[in-house]
Amino acid sequence: MTDVTQQTGTYEARMGDYFALMKPRVMQLVVFTALVGLLVAPVPVHPFIGFVGILCIAVGAGASGALNMWWDADIDAVMKRTQSRPIPSGRVQPGEALGIGLALSGFSVILLALATNLLAAGLLAFTIFFYAVIYSMWLKRSTPQNIVIGGAAGAFPPMVGWAVATGGIAPESVLMFALIFMWTPPHFWALALFVKSDYGNADVPMLTETHGRRVTRNHILGYTIALVPVALGIAFTSIGGPVYLAVALLLNGWFLKGAVDIWRRDDADSEADQHAVEKRVFKISLYYLFGHFGALLVEAVLRTNGLGGW
Amino acid sequence: MVIKVEHELHKRRLDRNVGVGLLLIGFVVIVLVLTVVKVQGLGDIREMERFDHVARPALEQAAGASEEEGTQ
Repeated sequence: MTDVTQQTGTYEARMGDYFALMKPRVMQLVVFTALVGLLVAPVPVHPFIGFVGILCIAVGAGASGALNMWWDADIDAVMKRTQSRPIPSGRVQPGEALGIGLALSGFSVILLALATNLLAAGLLAFTIFFYAVIYSMWLKRSTPQNIVIGGAAGAFPPMVGWAVATGGIAPESVLMFALIFMWTPPHFWALALFVKSDYGNADVPMLTETHGRRVTRNHILGYTIALVPVALGIAFTSIGGPVYLAVALLLNGWFLKGAVDIWRRDDADSEADQHAVEKRVFKISLYYLFGHFGALLVEAVLRTNGLGGW
Repeated sequence: MVIKVEHELHKRRLDRNVGVGLLLIGFVVIVLVLTVVKVQGLGDIREMERFDHVARPALEQAAGASEEEGTQ
């Protein structure tokens, strides 16, 4: 009797395999920052329209993740960190990932346009295009500045959230964009310092490979210093306030100290403690972003109760 | 003789079919609720008439009145 697996020839994916294509961990950050962008906006939104808006942003981010996995399947198969992803592990066929990515991109943008407004949908479409085409297809394999410019894709969600509520762009939404944009390079380079060999094996021109780890440490410090005024500047806009300022001062001091610690070390120190400081700073960078956006959310809640703000 | 199918492949297919089914139900619910929310948000029922192709005497009369005012 013939086995059914042999009849079909290829592995048939579970629903979870398709879900994994959408990079659910990245999606968490996207959903959170977009939700904050929507909630801190001065225009109230019907809760269900807000829910659909965030859902569309999440699906759009997932779609760009699927397109990224389709395009990067060859390098994902080489890197240890990404070998278990659905395409390199054989659970999902590349064509399926492309189809899902394109279909969900169209679905999320059109539904967002119908549910909210054209600006929000246009920004979402641009975000998907930026991540899938500008970052994945162009910058990632061609320049060590890939993370710097590509970071814009991850920075758009709060702007889209803001546009869902207001139908426009404002200095506040641009500053939220700038916060994530400036935060991305030190965040990723801290990661690159402790997964160094992987990017080199995959021929991805990560700064650690092209310019060396010393230059990367300098860049982490430089970008972290440039990040501080952006983070603190938000405190003095209409979405900031004393709570945000206190949190920002604390987090920026912590992150800056981590960046200085990385800058003061060399590879011998790093190897000796198995990149303990780099791993710690990477973790701090996650607290940093969630902390700032969490504080903005607290300010928004306080404002609705007649407190908060200046 | 009863043919018993117990292959793991069928579990994966069931998992996928249930997943797609739930997503489709979710989509229908989203479109339905979104429609209700949007229509309720219009407030004045004449706002909804603006999007159909039915003759609207109330709006035509209003337009006629304003034209007359313009010619005088």
